[in-house]
Amino acid sequence: MIKIKNLHKSYNIGKNSLHVLKGLDLEIKEGELVAIMGSSGSGKSTLLNIIGMLDNHDKGSYELDGVIIKKMNETKAAEYRNKFLGFVFQSFNLINYKNALDNVILPLYYQGISRKVREKKALKYLSDVGLKNWSHHLPNELSGGQKQRVAIARAMVSEPKVLLADEPTGALDSNTSKEVMDLIQKINKAGKTILVVTHEHDISQMCNRIVRLKDGVIVEDKKIKQKKAL
Amino acid sequence: MFSRDRWLEILDTISKNKLRTILAGSTVALGILIFIVLYGLGNGLENTFKSFFKDDQLNTIWINPGRTSKPYAGYESNRRIEFDNDDYADISEKFNFFIDGITPRITLTARNISYKLKSNNFSVRGVGPDHQKNEMTIMMQGRFINSIDIINKERYVVIGRLVKQDLFGEENPIGKFINGGGRTWKVIGVFQDDGGDNEERYIYAPYTTIQSIQRGSDNVGQIIITYKSEIGFDGALEFEKKIKSYIKNRKKIDPTDPRGIFIRSASSDLKESEDFSNVLKMIVSFVGFGTLLAGIIGISNIMVYVVKERTKELGIRKAIGATPKSIVWMVLQESIFITTISGYIGLFLGVMFLSSIGDALQEDFYIIDPYVDLYTALLATLMLIVFGGIAGFVPAKKASNIKPIEALNDK
Ligand SMILES: Nc1ncnc2c1ncn2[C@@H]1O[C@H](COP(=O)(O)OP(=O)(O)OP(=O)(O)O)[C@@H](O)[C@H]1O
Ligand SMILES: [Mg+2]
Repeated sequence: MIKIKNLHKSYNIGKNSLHVLKGLDLEIKEGELVAIMGSSGSGKSTLLNIIGMLDNHDKGSYELDGVIIKKMNETKAAEYRNKFLGFVFQSFNLINYKNALDNVILPLYYQGISRKVREKKALKYLSDVGLKNWSHHLPNELSGGQKQRVAIARAMVSEPKVLLADEPTGALDSNTSKEVMDLIQKINKAGKTILVVTHEHDISQMCNRIVRLKDGVIVEDKKIKQKKAL
Repeated sequence: MFSRDRWLEILDTISKNKLRTILAGSTVALGILIFIVLYGLGNGLENTFKSFFKDDQLNTIWINPGRTSKPYAGYESNRRIEFDNDDYADISEKFNFFIDGITPRITLTARNISYKLKSNNFSVRGVGPDHQKNEMTIMMQGRFINSIDIINKERYVVIGRLVKQDLFGEENPIGKFINGGGRTWKVIGVFQDDGGDNEERYIYAPYTTIQSIQRGSDNVGQIIITYKSEIGFDGALEFEKKIKSYIKNRKKIDPTDPRGIFIRSASSDLKESEDFSNVLKMIVSFVGFGTLLAGIIGISNIMVYVVKERTKELGIRKAIGATPKSIVWMVLQESIFITTISGYIGLFLGVMFLSSIGDALQEDFYIIDPYVDLYTALLATLMLIVFGGIAGFVPAKKASNIKPIEALNDK
C-alpha cells in the first residue's frame, strides 16, 4: 500500500535548514496497523504529513497504492487526499461552527455527492462510532473522546485506503484512549491500512507493527502480537 | 459554479458566523449609506442654485442705461444716458439677425391701484409684446399686450396673479376697469410667473401708453433682448460685445468707460453659478469618493482579518479534500454575497433617508429635494462589491495555496 524509499525532508528556519528525515525506507502492506514511535522531534508527524500529502518531501520516492506521489498541484493533491486518505489529529481539527453530522458530511460534500446520500452515509458512520444521538451537537458540546470519534467518522466516511492518526489519543485519558483504539482496531479488522503516531507504549501494543524513529531514520521495525484495546 | 449545494454551504457558514457577517455587512452598508446621504445632500444644494435661475429666459440680455464715468467727445463725465424710441428702433433693426425678441421696459415705482373698494400699491411696467417671451410670463386668462395695443397706445393692462387676487378676489377681472394715476385701465389678461411672488405683483401696460401719460416722453427705460439660441454661447458673447460697442458709439460713451451702460446677461450669470455649482459638485464628489474609499479600505481589512481567522478551517477543509479553487470561491462568494446584500440595504436606507428629508432642510440649509440618481448609487454599490470581492480574493488565494499542514498548524 505504501512504499517509501530514501525519503528526505528538511525545514528551512530562517537561513538554516533543519534536516528532519534523513533517508527513510518503509514499506507498509494493505491491512496493517502500524504504530510510529520515537522521541519528540524525531520526525514522526513530519513523516505522517508527507504520507498524508499534507506536506511535500524533498528527495526520495513515495508510492501510495501504486501511484507515485511527487510534488503535484494542489488540486490534484486535494483529490488524492479526498479519495485515498483519512486524517485524525491530536487536536481533533473539527470545524467548530458545524455540528457533528455536518463535520462528517464535509468530505462527501467535496466529493460532490448528493445531499441526501451524503447525509445518510454520514449518519451511518456517526452511528458506527456510537454517536448517532449526538449528531446535532456542536464540537464544543462534546467530550474529547466524542470529538475524536467524530473526527474518525469524518476520516472514514470517504472510505479512504489509508487512515493516518497523529497521536489520536494524545489529548485523552486512558479509558477514553482505549475506546478510541478499540474503534481503530475495528476499522483495521475491516481491512483498512492504518498508521498511528504515538508516544505511549500501551497504545503501540495495540497495533501489529511498531516502527521507531530516531534522528530521522528508522532504528527499529518489528511485528508484534496485537493486544486487544478493550 | 452557482450550484445550489455551494450556496447552501455558504449560507450555512454565513448564518453560523454572525459576528463577522455583521461586521463586514455593516461596514459596507454604512459606507453606502453615508455616501448616498452626502451625495444626495450635495445634489440638494446644487438644486437650490439651479432654482435661482429658473425664472428667466437663459438667452436674454438686459441693457440698462446709467451714468458715464469719463468725459468723451466733448461731453462731461457723469452724464445721464437714456434710451429713446429711435435707439430702440435702430437696435431692433440693426441686430435683427440675432434677435428673437426685443422689448423696452419702463418701470414705474409702486403706486396706488384700485378696483371698486379694494386698493393696493403695485409697480407698473410699460413693455412691448416680446416681454412675455423674455420673462417667460405665462398667461392664465385673457391675452398679453400685442403690437396693435402698442400702436394705438391703448390703456390696457395685464395684471399679475397676486394683483388679481388682491383687487378682484374670485371675480373675473377680464374686461373690468381698474383705477391708477387718475385714469382707468382695462384689464385684458392675468399672468403667472415662476420667478416668485414679486413677479406676480406687477402690472404690465403698453410702453407707448406709459410714454404718453408721461407727457409724451420717448424714454424707453431698459431694453431687453432675447437672442436666437442657435447662435450658441460664443455667438452670444460676440453679440453682447457688438451691441455694447454699437450703443456706446451711438450714445457717445468712451469705449473704455466701464459705466454709462450696463449689460447683464443670464448666460454670464449662469456661467458664474455653474462654475460655483461645479466647485460644489467637485467637493461633494470628493467627499463621496472619500467615503467610498474608506468603505473599501474597511471591507478590505475585514476580509483580510476574516481569511486570517479562518486559516485553520481552510486547512481542515483542504485536508479532507477541498481544492484550492473551491476554497477561493467559497471565500469570494461569501464576501460578494454579504457585500451585495448589505450594499443594497445601505442603498435602500440612504434613499429612504434622503426622501424622508425632502424639503425639510430648505429653510435652514438651502437644500432642495436631495437625491441620488440611480446610476451613481448603483455604481457606488457595485464598486464596493467589486473591491470587497478583490479584497477577499487576494487573501483567499493566498490561503488556498499554502500547504494544508501550515494552515493546520496556524494557531
Ligand atoms: N513547519 C515546520 N517548520 C520548521 N520546523 C519544523 C516544522 N515542523 C516540524 N519542525 C521541526 O522538525 C522536527 C520534527 O518535527 P515533528 O513534528 O515531525 O516531530 P514529532 O516527532 O512529531 O514530535 P512530537 O512528538 O513532539 O510531535 C522538530 O525539530 C520540529 O521542530
Ligand atoms: Mg508530532
